[in-house]
Amino acid sequence: MTSTTTAPATGAESAPKRSKRSSGGPSLGRYIIIRALLIIPTVFILVTLVFLLMRTTGDPITAKFGGQLPPDQLAERIHAAGFDRPLFVQYFEYLGQLLTGDFGTTLTNNRPVTEVLFTYGAATMELAFYSLIVAFLIGIPGGLIAAYFRDKGQDASLRVFAILCYATPVFFSGLLLKLVFSVWLGVLPVNGRASTGATIAIETLPNPTGFYTIDALMTGDPAVLGDVLAHAVLPSIALGLLTAGIFLRLVRTNVIGTLSTDYVDAARSRGVSEYRLVRKHAYRPALIPIITVIGLQIALLLGGAVLTETTFEWKGLGFMLAEFLKARDFVAVQGIVVLLAVIVALTNFIVDIIAAFIDPRVRY
Amino acid sequence: MTTASIPAVPKRRLRDRLPVVHQLRQSVGLQRGMLVAGLVITALFVLTALLAPVISPYGFAQLRGPDGRFGAQQPPSAEHLLGTTSGGFDVLSRVLWGAQTALFVIIVAVVCSLFIGVLLGLVSGYFGGWFDRVLVVVCDAIYAFPSLLLAISLSIVISGGQSSLWGGILAAALSITVVFIPQYFRVIRAETVRIKAESYVESAKVLGAPHARIMFRHVLRNATRTLPLIFTLNASEAILTLAGLGFLGFGIEPTAAAEWGYDLNKAVADVTSGIWWTALFPGLAIVLAVLGITLVGESLNDLADPRLRGRRRVAQSAGEVAETSVVPGGTLVAGPGGLRGLEDEATFDEHGIEVER
Repeated sequence: MTSTTTAPATGAESAPKRSKRSSGGPSLGRYIIIRALLIIPTVFILVTLVFLLMRTTGDPITAKFGGQLPPDQLAERIHAAGFDRPLFVQYFEYLGQLLTGDFGTTLTNNRPVTEVLFTYGAATMELAFYSLIVAFLIGIPGGLIAAYFRDKGQDASLRVFAILCYATPVFFSGLLLKLVFSVWLGVLPVNGRASTGATIAIETLPNPTGFYTIDALMTGDPAVLGDVLAHAVLPSIALGLLTAGIFLRLVRTNVIGTLSTDYVDAARSRGVSEYRLVRKHAYRPALIPIITVIGLQIALLLGGAVLTETTFEWKGLGFMLAEFLKARDFVAVQGIVVLLAVIVALTNFIVDIIAAFIDPRVRY
Repeated sequence: MTTASIPAVPKRRLRDRLPVVHQLRQSVGLQRGMLVAGLVITALFVLTALLAPVISPYGFAQLRGPDGRFGAQQPPSAEHLLGTTSGGFDVLSRVLWGAQTALFVIIVAVVCSLFIGVLLGLVSGYFGGWFDRVLVVVCDAIYAFPSLLLAISLSIVISGGQSSLWGGILAAALSITVVFIPQYFRVIRAETVRIKAESYVESAKVLGAPHARIMFRHVLRNATRTLPLIFTLNASEAILTLAGLGFLGFGIEPTAAAEWGYDLNKAVADVTSGIWWTALFPGLAIVLAVLGITLVGESLNDLADPRLRGRRRVAQSAGEVAETSVVPGGTLVAGPGGLRGLEDEATFDEHGIEVER
């Protein structure tokens, strides 16, 4: 939620906020508590929304097996699973289950949803991590250069690049990358997280973490590690580029703002090098809005992960989500969507805390 | 405008007040170039959409010509300028017809979300109270959610996954609508809360104007400044969401309408065997359409923000920045994750502006 909660409120509540600020000053502890409490309604609303959406079409059993099973068997299974009870009873039961960490069992293969989440969540996190690195490597230097050469050729081309990054759907950039690097040049693997040999080496580990990079390190075989990393390159670039465009624009706009401040002029007149001006004097103060918005990109990143994983058959939560959707396994879909919602809410909470830690003004 | 408290402002001519025309006249150099490029691409997109039945060589679901079946995965040739798909459709025709589908979805989605979002934002911001509180929390929750996931859930609810032309378009458009409503809601609500405190609104109240009149005449008219910008952002996001839905198999049936995302989904397998034309052209169509609209949106944003528009302004104008800039952070991020640019409003209000004071 981050500034999601604060954004619309600024107009209405800036006045009382100020008065609080003047009397006593804000405390970080108080802010963290209030902000943590705000997660609850967000998650609650999302869970309710997802639950209602998934159930307005009917119960998951009919969605999955309707037309495949005779009506009496269907009714029996619906009854056994408790889907014939009033909706609000099911809703409260579902809430209770969630609180105890029980997401139900999938209809396709009767696995606990929690297990699915753990198994495939690691893959998604790995992908998200790598693509964030790509996004930082491209977005931040790009943004600094564009801001410094504002309205010049470098700026124009970088901005067009940023818009292109945003305008290209991940699955299209993914397909292009695949076409060029895997099919035409043949230098990188087409899809998957690892080749068969490496997968076996990893799966036979005593207790794999699910993060293939870490697992590959544990096997101690450089070939396995190389294989895993090679598989991660294209998906990370595809997903990273999407976010890189956003970072670039964000850094550019904020650094343009700080580059025109008086203290930058003062530093320049003292003979500080241009590189240092941009890198330290202008960049540092621009960081707070950047951190906040980067936190918000997690939602975008997760949405993009669904598409990237499908393109590259990267077996993470997004890939499984698409699979469960195709199989009409709405219990599993609901579980994955709820987990993603919780991740988004938690990330935004962490980002807000970091922002408050850096800048006392954002505290309540 | 009998209740206007500032009579001295002369009324601007119509051509200066039209959203895009005004900005076009105001822009210079690179910014004008970007705006013009965006407008040209967008115009091309709209023209293609409207003229698709005339200019496309075949129908979008046509499998056979006068000489029999087209054949699947044929490379580009004189008969099929861009080749044929794995399903045996003509790629060029599907790309052209796809523009029409995209345009329909944009129009339905943006018009619906505009009406609902603006109305809710206006009422919520004007009256406040618990209704306002609840709506803000709900909208924030929806807003924080990955919009593609929401659209998927909704498209299951609306269409059960697959459907006819209008059914599919409506399902896709409505899924996108729900994702967009919070964006309009937030912007209009924030503006309403600000304008509500203006003296001319108070004057109108004192004169005994009914709530409806104040809301629509005094508040709404002054709160619409940001709408063209959000409109362009949403239009580009609508294309991407529609394509995403189609790519995941929740779009429109291929026989009901041409849809770029669906074609790309079918092209995934082709790419592995080196067949590039089925993926390249629908993808390029998406990129171009989104690029054009985003260029317009980005330019509008820059032009609305004095710090990004002109040379450095004098310090006294710093106070106005918060009021005049549409998206102060300038990050028009309307990807699958939502309209992130507007997030910065708070950040920049608090950080950017207050730092300078």
